[in-house]
Amino acid sequence: MFDGIQRRVVSIWFPRLASDRVLRMRPVEGPFALTHSLSNTNRIYCLNGAAERLGLSAGMPFSDARAFCPDLQSRPADLLADKRFQHALRRWAVRYCPWVGLEDDDGLVLDITGTAHLFGGEAELLMDMRQRLSRAGITACIGLGDSRGAAWALAHHGEGSAPVGATSDVLQDLTVAALRLEEKTVTGLGRLGLRTIGELANAARAPLTRRFGPSLLMRLDQALGQQPEQITPLKDPPHYGVRITLPDPIGIKSDVMEGTSRLLTQLCAKLKSHETGARILALTLRRVDQDSQQVELRLARPMRDASRILPLFERGIDDVDAGYGIDQMRLEAVQVEPMPVQQLSHVSTGHKDQLDDLITRIGTRIGLENVQRFLPADSHIPEHSYQIAAAAFSSPESAWSTIRPRPLHIFPPAPLLGTHAAPTPPKRFRWRRMSFATARASGPERIAPEWWLEADEWRTGVRDYWCVETRQGRRLWLFFTPQSPSWYVQGEFA
Amino acid sequence: MNWICRKYTLNFFPMTPDFTQSFPLRAERVHEVCGPCAASFAAVCASSTRGSVIWIREYWRPGTLNPLGLLPFFDPGKLLIAKVKDQTEGLAVAEEALRDGTTPLVILEISQPMGLIQGRRLQLSARAGKSTGLCLIPDGMGSNAAESRWHAAPIFDPFSAPGDSTLQRYELIKNKSGTLGFWHVRWDTASRRLHLVSATGE
Repeated sequence: MFDGIQRRVVSIWFPRLASDRVLRMRPVEGPFALTHSLSNTNRIYCLNGAAERLGLSAGMPFSDARAFCPDLQSRPADLLADKRFQHALRRWAVRYCPWVGLEDDDGLVLDITGTAHLFGGEAELLMDMRQRLSRAGITACIGLGDSRGAAWALAHHGEGSAPVGATSDVLQDLTVAALRLEEKTVTGLGRLGLRTIGELANAARAPLTRRFGPSLLMRLDQALGQQPEQITPLKDPPHYGVRITLPDPIGIKSDVMEGTSRLLTQLCAKLKSHETGARILALTLRRVDQDSQQVELRLARPMRDASRILPLFERGIDDVDAGYGIDQMRLEAVQVEPMPVQQLSHVSTGHKDQLDDLITRIGTRIGLENVQRFLPADSHIPEHSYQIAAAAFSSPESAWSTIRPRPLHIFPPAPLLGTHAAPTPPKRFRWRRMSFATARASGPERIAPEWWLEADEWRTGVRDYWCVETRQGRRLWLFFTPQSPSWYVQGEFA
Repeated sequence: MNWICRKYTLNFFPMTPDFTQSFPLRAERVHEVCGPCAASFAAVCASSTRGSVIWIREYWRPGTLNPLGLLPFFDPGKLLIAKVKDQTEGLAVAEEALRDGTTPLVILEISQPMGLIQGRRLQLSARAGKSTGLCLIPDGMGSNAAESRWHAAPIFDPFSAPGDSTLQRYELIKNKSGTLGFWHVRWDTASRRLHLVSATGE
């Protein structure tokens, strides 16, 4: 029954994709070109209509172009952004049909078989496409044919549409370059006197294959629809969301947990098949009165183990007000991270998993960034000799080392008022409303500021650190600043 | 050394009980420590535990712990710091961590007096999770539910060698299951052990 349906393919070519993208952001009057540096020459990569009318062409050296046209405005090309723009256009083209693929770097190919009638017919569909693209400021050449090859040929050479079944008649007069051939082959065919597709189709096939290889006739057959050619649509990014709709509203905590557990099982299977782990999960509970409540769970590590994630939801679900009952639950992994499958080893990692769960649970209460750990840092400055990092986003390091003993507590330097400004530690001093008498002092240890960093507290210059044992028992870390003589307390030893 | 021993035995304690009976703090209980050397007492306790240690601290407290200062006691990599807003949040985090039992030691810095209810809740969660809790309290702000309360103070030792750590006096001022007492101890950085300095009696 469906054998009679003729395949219809649209090919869209964007001859000025790169410059159109830039000009959409920043419209320019007059000639404009994008330049790209290739093999030590700055060449024109893409240009607008005004520049083309002045005789410039893509591929010519930029300095020549400036000589021809002094008021040429230019910008460096961004190939990555162009690729992203092409992908964005592909997403847009899905409005016409679900089967959209990329063609080279500057085109799209759509299989519109059976979808044209939704827009009122093929002509109306092409009209709609043209209007929307021109409103967006994008130059496009559109070809429609029975095969991918024919559509490409019509988009790049002549721009038109071939009626159903009449592809070979329309392609008859196009040049052989419209067959997606290499430059060398086109020249070779020209020497043989075969300049149009019609001439090529009528020529003897065997000598052509012997001379140019099988690809020439394959391209010809693909264009004429005698050999099939696939269109590969791109994969959509996976969607990590699952939901459940309940026939009767629920409100007991154990019921909600049971529903969550079913959703989690589904979601974790999906995460596992994509080898990813969830970092942030959002559970949306819709109530009967259309109000909805959200429970967010931020995990200390990407996870996809349903039995471990479920208890972590308990605290959040406790706070939910079920009202007249919950009749829809939706669970989404808002942020996912790659988590490859790992070989199980005989070394147990159970303890680390438990610790991560504990960090998650504490993190839901006080914020994940408030659970911290120390990491070593390479500096002699006491305050910079370690870093504080969120425990969820770092792993412990054990490269700690120190040459001299360091105090257990350090605090912002407190000046010792009323002490003499001599480089040896004061005999008596008052600190935090307590008086101390120095019994023994060891030092000095000179620490110079890091001149490559801006630090206000080191304005006073180099510091001579002393470990002072007081007669009262406490051991304090004092320093003297010779460049602006005064004494400070910065730490206390264990 | 003799001089110190003589001086301290003049105190009113007829006999100083065995330190080892009370010092590695009883597991599955919550203890308290006050005095100027409370933090170093906590570091000594943390040095003998296996696994991670959580240190709960209010974010507005001046000064920070220095991981390089903890290095003589234990590897700073096993320490987790929880910065909390106020004491209520700190108690909640401590309860959670104690009940979980993944971290054998939970250290909590306290700034306000703690009632019997809070102390008892901590005690119960420590029992549930089989972990030990240690509260660093300001003088006189302990809870009656604590298993033991210590006072740790530094002492100047005129005969100490240059590399020695501070001589400290650990006084047991509350004990639910044993006698009180005081001891002079010194942390040995090389062997990572606590050495009892004053011998009892002679």
